[in-house]
Amino acid sequence: MFYGIDLQSRLMLGTAQYPSPQVLRDAIAASGAEVITVSLRREGAGGDAFRDILKQSGCRILPNTAGCHTVQEAVTTAQMARELFGTSWIKLEVIGHADTLQPDPFALVEAARILAADGFEVFPYTTEDLIVGEKLIEAGCQVLMPWGAPIGSGQGLRHREALKTMRAHFPDIPLVVDAGIGAPSQAMAAMEMGFDAVLLNTAVAKALDPVAMARAFGQAVAAGRAAHDAGLMPRRDMAVASTPIFGMADLA
Amino acid sequence: MRIELNGATVETAAATLAALIEEQGFDAASVATAMDGQFVPLATRGTVELHDSAKVEVLSPMQGG
Repeated sequence: MFYGIDLQSRLMLGTAQYPSPQVLRDAIAASGAEVITVSLRREGAGGDAFRDILKQSGCRILPNTAGCHTVQEAVTTAQMARELFGTSWIKLEVIGHADTLQPDPFALVEAARILAADGFEVFPYTTEDLIVGEKLIEAGCQVLMPWGAPIGSGQGLRHREALKTMRAHFPDIPLVVDAGIGAPSQAMAAMEMGFDAVLLNTAVAKALDPVAMARAFGQAVAAGRAAHDAGLMPRRDMAVASTPIFGMADLA
Repeated sequence: MRIELNGATVETAAATLAALIEEQGFDAASVATAMDGQFVPLATRGTVELHDSAKVEVLSPMQGG
């Protein structure tokens, strides 16, 4: 449940960098995503067409504060987004470093506190740091979105063990792996680990065939979730024969 | 009066933010506005007065990740 909303599909899809509006439209449909992320920018060409795609997709809109480096920028952007998209959901990004696009945890917590108090339902883009996660929850966040790897890098789950720890540490908080996913297998791994959803953009938009890749990600996320629900077998250090020894012929 | 609109210097006769939006041909309902870094809701644009070198941002939905 994400702020009281139950989703069938656990894939959240970004809308940037697609080769054409038609490919974006088809990719959203093929992915099965029910949540898509958008941004706010100075009006450019094709604004109306994009608004139509958003409406026709039938998806829930998750506006972001991408590119914001300060609390003030992020809060103002969130307020503008709430009015424009008619949703109190906000993917809160406060970027601390230009090369890694790593979140600035101090500004993130401060912005989250201001926005939560103002009635926003905040989806904070954070790291796997447990204390930052606790501070975000204390600030009013009911969802956390740890990064898989730096945005757009396609490196997958760079700190897998830390993500596992985070999952165990916040058993009742919806956790979304956001950013850095490059392949469906990585999205599936996150779901198998018990994450509640995966948010990605570049891996689909920059695929040779974005629509087919969107479908592949949708399937991987669904399979990963089903596998988690089914309960994975424990890992063992040694082999354990699966075929029974009992009744075996003596042929030596 | 000279203001900065979306990063470009603009000469305007508008006195309020609402008048500027109208003058510059924006569809008032499909943009969000901020002045000097502060959000200005649609309903209050008519009462927010522009000043010389005010920094106005007029934003629309765009693709994002």
